Amino acid sequence: MHDTSPAKTSPAKFRTVPNRPGVGYKPQHFTAIMEDASPVEWLEIHAENYMGDGGRPLAQLRHLAEKFPISVHGVGLSIGGKDPLDPEHLKRLKHLCDWLNPASFSEHLAWSTHEGHYLNDLIALPYTEETVTNVADHVAQVQDVLGRKMLLENPSSYLAFAESTLSEVDFLAEVVKRTGCGLLLDINNVFISVTNQKTDAIAYIDSFPLEYVGEFHLGGHDEDEDDDGALLLIDSHGREVVDPVWALFDYTLNKTGPRPTLIEWDANVPDWPELAAEAARAAQILDKLTV
Amino acid sequence: MTVTQNEFTKAILDADLPVPDGLCNPEGAPAGKRFSVYRNNVAVSLSEALEVTFPVIRKLVGNEFFTAMAGVFLRQHQPTSPMLMLYGADMPAFLDSFPPVAHLGYLPDVARVELALCRSYHAADAPAIDPETLQSIAPDALLSSRLHLAPSVHLVRSDWPAAALFHANSDPDAPKPKMQAEDVLITRPEYDPEVTALPPGGGAFIAALMDGATLGEADKTATIATGDFDLTEVLGLLLSKAAIINTTEGTPK
Amino acid sequence: MSYHVKSFAVAGALAAALTATSTVPAAAAAKEKCYGISLAGANDCKAGAGTTCAGSSVVDYQGNAFTMVPAGTCTTTELPEGRMGSLEELERDLPA
Repeated sequence: MHDTSPAKTSPAKFRTVPNRPGVGYKPQHFTAIMEDASPVEWLEIHAENYMGDGGRPLAQLRHLAEKFPISVHGVGLSIGGKDPLDPEHLKRLKHLCDWLNPASFSEHLAWSTHEGHYLNDLIALPYTEETVTNVADHVAQVQDVLGRKMLLENPSSYLAFAESTLSEVDFLAEVVKRTGCGLLLDINNVFISVTNQKTDAIAYIDSFPLEYVGEFHLGGHDEDEDDDGALLLIDSHGREVVDPVWALFDYTLNKTGPRPTLIEWDANVPDWPELAAEAARAAQILDKLTV
Repeated sequence: MTVTQNEFTKAILDADLPVPDGLCNPEGAPAGKRFSVYRNNVAVSLSEALEVTFPVIRKLVGNEFFTAMAGVFLRQHQPTSPMLMLYGADMPAFLDSFPPVAHLGYLPDVARVELALCRSYHAADAPAIDPETLQSIAPDALLSSRLHLAPSVHLVRSDWPAAALFHANSDPDAPKPKMQAEDVLITRPEYDPEVTALPPGGGAFIAALMDGATLGEADKTATIATGDFDLTEVLGLLLSKAAIINTTEGTPK
Repeated sequence: MSYHVKSFAVAGALAAALTATSTVPAAAAAKEKCYGISLAGANDCKAGAGTTCAGSSVVDYQGNAFTMVPAGTCTTTELPEGRMGSLEELERDLPA
């Protein structure tokens, strides 16, 4: 049997994610990564793709975990859901984390499951006293079950809720205050949200509780238009990071100092050299701070 | 004005419904097309998940038709777990009752083969039995022994040439399917699942093994099903595909 | 066939099968086996690219969308003999 039992030694050799570039792992890059991953120094996996019982996905993960710090990024827990967290899914997540002992675990400020139906999208929620309590309860439950601190990621937003009474930044800060969780700051999501909401990116970053940021995400987006012809950005992860997002990353990094920085490329996945080039660009910006 | 996640979900899945009130653009006007981003994401991402699991069905009906059909399927059957590798279990039954493909009677069984491949790919690892262990079983004990198959082993029993259809649509060099019933074995010798059409009686034999029958019982079942059942051939196939992982002594049922 | 005779028949079949498959390659080094084709992981956190129309089109399979028959089956009519149609009919169903 493939040994995924928590009792046995974890394949992971790394306890922390370095303040260096990482990429979202794609199986088609396994050979390239095992040969020479530079400048990529760590990898992030989507938890749900490694919840099978065995086979190549877990075998690859075992080998990767021996060479690289691994961050587990959940995409299906529905932390922003009104429903209670799915106990079966939480159990699967615990099983994966207990076996792998990843260097980090993160999830999204979003919901995706309603009454047992999984919609496979990260859906927005209103920011109110009621929802902040619900999200904080869920984050606390996740940290309790996994026995580890998690990072919560800011979403991409496409629309606003009339009922919202808190800003996104205040909402996230409040969840941190109540649960002790950290934050994953997706700079591309910030850029998408402020563009779509016609607010200001610098103001968002300046008000963000940056001391709790444990990881950055950078990714590509697509452009569309709303009914009035206003620019509507879509979080497609299907192309290179655009210059304004790099600039915003640079700005933010100057305030935080170096942090683990991930390139996400989930659609139209390029060959390894193109992905590695994006990581190299992140490395340049990180290097600027460390010299 | 509050929007429940129930209203949100219904409106995502049914574009005939109005965008829920209380969702707006930056100026406070109704969200309109901005809400469609979610409708699009859900439909496209679930449709893509089905494409991953059912490439041969997609090839058989064509990309355009598959996408349209996936749109119907995903609105009737949303995933019941965030593990998308499990999505699509309802596809064979759906194909069986979906009027536009009623004349393509083989589609449900081809979908069963593709589902079995996906399950096999993610199944627990289990090393094949050491041939010496099998050799060491005394002939007298053999009939009452049970052969245990790897978790990656699946059987699809079809009235159609389900294996041949699968091969013909995934390997350009595969021969054209002949119209015949096929029992299909899915195995995973290492990490890559394989699809094999079983010889006569093979399906009955393996179904009996999976049902907990002893080797003697399974052999009898297969021989009754097919006069020309060749035990050597089927055991050879199971051994070569690393499908047998263990044996236990047992009394016949 | 007596139990004894049957035992030897089954033992013989097993022995023959073992002989025939004695050339099963020893398992490759674990790491080597990882370098194969991987199924795409279906879970990710991307949004559908670009268009906002794919999920918005109303799908009604009673209507126009499905009066088209599946690609590759355009000459097909319902198999007259139902599930066990003839080979020719089956072949006609298949994409070229």
